[in-house]
Amino acid sequence: MTDAVVIEGLVKRFGTTVAVREVSLAVPTGELFGFIGPDGAGKTTLFRVLATLLLPDSGSARVLGHDVAKELWALRPRLGYTPGRFSLYPDLSVEENLRFFAAVFGTSLEREYDQIAPIYVQLEPFKGRRAGALSGGMKQKLALCCALVHQPDILFLDEPTTGVDAVSRREFWELLARFKASGLTILVSTPYMDEATRCDRIALMQNGRILAVDTPEAITRSFDRPLFAVRADERYRTLLALREYPHTHTVYPFGEVLHYTDRRTDMRAEPIHDQLTRFLASRGLAGVSAEAIPATIEDSFMAHLGGAGEAPAS
Amino acid sequence: MSEDIAIRAEELTRMFGSFTAVDHITLEVRAGEIFGFLGANGAGKTTAMRMFTGLLEPSSGTAQVAGHDVYTGSEAIKRAIGYMSQRFSLYEDLTVRENIRLYGGIYGLPDREIRARGEQMLARLGMEQSADTQVRAIPLGWRQKLSFSVALLHRPRIVFLDEPTGGVDPITRRQFWEMIYQTAAEGTTVLVTTHYMDEAEYCDRISIMVTGRIGAMGTPAELKREFGTDSMDEVFVRLARPATAGAA
Repeated sequence: MTDAVVIEGLVKRFGTTVAVREVSLAVPTGELFGFIGPDGAGKTTLFRVLATLLLPDSGSARVLGHDVAKELWALRPRLGYTPGRFSLYPDLSVEENLRFFAAVFGTSLEREYDQIAPIYVQLEPFKGRRAGALSGGMKQKLALCCALVHQPDILFLDEPTTGVDAVSRREFWELLARFKASGLTILVSTPYMDEATRCDRIALMQNGRILAVDTPEAITRSFDRPLFAVRADERYRTLLALREYPHTHTVYPFGEVLHYTDRRTDMRAEPIHDQLTRFLASRGLAGVSAEAIPATIEDSFMAHLGGAGEAPAS
Repeated sequence: MSEDIAIRAEELTRMFGSFTAVDHITLEVRAGEIFGFLGANGAGKTTAMRMFTGLLEPSSGTAQVAGHDVYTGSEAIKRAIGYMSQRFSLYEDLTVRENIRLYGGIYGLPDREIRARGEQMLARLGMEQSADTQVRAIPLGWRQKLSFSVALLHRPRIVFLDEPTGGVDPITRRQFWEMIYQTAAEGTTVLVTTHYMDEAEYCDRISIMVTGRIGAMGTPAELKREFGTDSMDEVFVRLARPATAGAA
């Protein structure tokens, strides 16, 4: 299988800020690939370079065999891109936006109807509504529709699910799975760790760097310590107690539970578990239980960050 | 109203013309509770929040926030609450210290008190070195921690957080939740609105709004049990899907 995207040593700076630092990566044709990382990780800049909207400062990127800096006119008709901010015409209707984007690429809504039908059927009841008056989830579907209307071979979707509710998010990912099944290569970015498992492979990004690239399963499997979900009646007091436990490697709030790893790498899960629950009981905490669990993408991401969040001033 | 109830709403309703945005909601939030106020886009969350924060008068029903009636005490409510939005609420071209002075001044704190509380806040955040840095140069996660602290500067009884941890890295996000836990442990009520279900799981109790009504309310564990699933996302989708099917 050929690679749809090949990035080598890519660097992009804005003044003294380095937004993308020496990123190298290949994405095979037909893959649904996710860039997972917080705001400021460099996802948007990387997508703008790949979509031929920004020139790299050094390194190179080829998309569908075309160099993004030198062959952008050959590449542009073949790619679809949705920026993170809604960038359709808010004063045009749903249908007018679609007709406009089709016309820009020298085609028409009628000719492309089959390609966009899986999404457009959901938008069609509102085709006369101004795009600016759509809900967040519908706006994202319209943006996807407009990016697909010229039948591109590759899609770059920058944070398509940010600010969209859980129902619409799920519907959006179901649509992406359908387009992937038709052979389209899709690169998508998201700050939401739970969306990683929707992708074939993911890159974890922070501060312009790629921390890891692999399938979501392989990334979570490579978490190298026993991980425990700790429950207790008083979550915050339990957290503070674990901060004082000498064997604690990491302890993080994780929804209803706390996620705990032990400093001792040579110890099996059972004795860690027993000592941990005994310690918490000795601190007078009630309702304590600990359960060995597999790591999530978020646990893995934090392990790659090495326990340090960002510094207060850059 | 008893001291241990921070927000009490009964049959609270708001109409816009013939459209009922909030439809007879009843709830109680206890003092020191971390309450998640959830709902799909357009479910009525924002309208309800605007009533709770004294910005919008209800059409009918009653509500007391921090002991003040939403019809007659909206100014008192505004002084008794703090608010932090996901849309960043500090001034980017002011320094950290200038923002603290500005907000302290808005809430009518004396200069000496603003200075004392400001220094204390910066020490607690470990941001003393950044006091004279313009906010625009502060990384997002720290801005959000700072923004939360500034919302607490006047020691409100209730603080409203609108999608507080959107877009921050997972470690900073947890540091933020620890600040929320600490704030609640000190007795301040925290009301969090979000449509991210994993954020909801950090709350003591949550309510989920569906087309203007409260579709479900309880601890995250109770709701997952009630809907027979181990994921809050699934709870939300099952509640909201019928209501949003075909809606724009």
